Amino acid sequence: MEARGYTRTAIGLHWLIAMLIFAAFPLGVYMHELPLSPDKLKLYSYHKWMGITVLMLAAMRLSWRATHRPPLLPETMPSWEKLAAQSVHILLYVLLFAIPLSGWLMSSAKGFQTVWFGVLPLPDLVGKDKELGDLLKEVHEVLNFALLGLVIAHVAGALKHHFIERDDILARMLPFLRRKS
Amino acid sequence: MKNWIALLLLCIASPTIAAEFSVLRPQQSSVSFVSKQMGVPVEGSFRKFSANIRVDPAKPEQGRARIDIDLTSIDTGNDDANQEVAGRAWFDSKKYPTASFVSNQVKALGKGRYEVLGDMTIKGKTLKVRAPFTLEQKAGALIVVGSFPLKRLDYGIGSGIWGDTEVVADEVQLDFRFTLAQ
Repeated sequence: MEARGYTRTAIGLHWLIAMLIFAAFPLGVYMHELPLSPDKLKLYSYHKWMGITVLMLAAMRLSWRATHRPPLLPETMPSWEKLAAQSVHILLYVLLFAIPLSGWLMSSAKGFQTVWFGVLPLPDLVGKDKELGDLLKEVHEVLNFALLGLVIAHVAGALKHHFIERDDILARMLPFLRRKS
Repeated sequence: MKNWIALLLLCIASPTIAAEFSVLRPQQSSVSFVSKQMGVPVEGSFRKFSANIRVDPAKPEQGRARIDIDLTSIDTGNDDANQEVAGRAWFDSKKYPTASFVSNQVKALGKGRYEVLGDMTIKGKTLKVRAPFTLEQKAGALIVVGSFPLKRLDYGIGSGIWGDTEVVADEVQLDFRFTLAQ
């Protein structure tokens, strides 16, 4: 029997990660322009905590996916669309790891260790290095704008399936949308 | 007669001059600190300071020290923060450019450890501090290393909105290392 939707674990992880990204991304854009203040230090910490949480959830999601086959795409889908959808998924997975990692490394290079929720210190994988810190800042920014583009494509694809093709693609992740067949 | 004079001079001079270390080697000395921001230890340092220290490792209890730290030479590791801490809420370093420490007493704690008691003046406020330290003789130099906690709010460092110790902890660890030649 073939699964029609994702497992509840996969769905939970998907939306949890999505919510964290929707919070951490605008926060990152906003906070870095702020003048130095206690609030700025707080926001940076919250942003880092969210990012590291995404990294952990992404690791869980990927290992879950490796052991639980996701539902297949409908056979009616043209192969280029399948390829596009899969490519976006793969790139999204890559960024789910690369973005928090680049932030973590940037933090270390700038001499501010990341301490998850102010409790768990993450090891500094690189030493304090101003130039490396500036470079990683650029990398973090570029990767995030790539993420923005991919998320737009991902959401647009899901909406197109739901409202134009009127198939069950979106319902695989939002079971309450499933149409009665 | 000449020999007698020489011997007499040696007797007077040797205990005071021969063993006392007092010439600072700035390149091998440092004054740094670790503050805690949002639970994260962050290192910083002062690039400029002067240290008039006289210590005889045979009798450290008679040692004396005066350290003057140029607060405008602070390096917090972040340009914005360097500017911020020069401001009135922090060091107000235009008005109070120097922090100083003057020793009053040195006590032996045993096992090669000592403690210096003295007056620390920052931002016009003088408070008693005690700092444990160790002495190590290496390649003709005496290395004085120590560390002690200081409560920044006692001196009004980081007041107003920065008084929130959840963001920047009250306690700041000061680390010093002075390499002295004879």
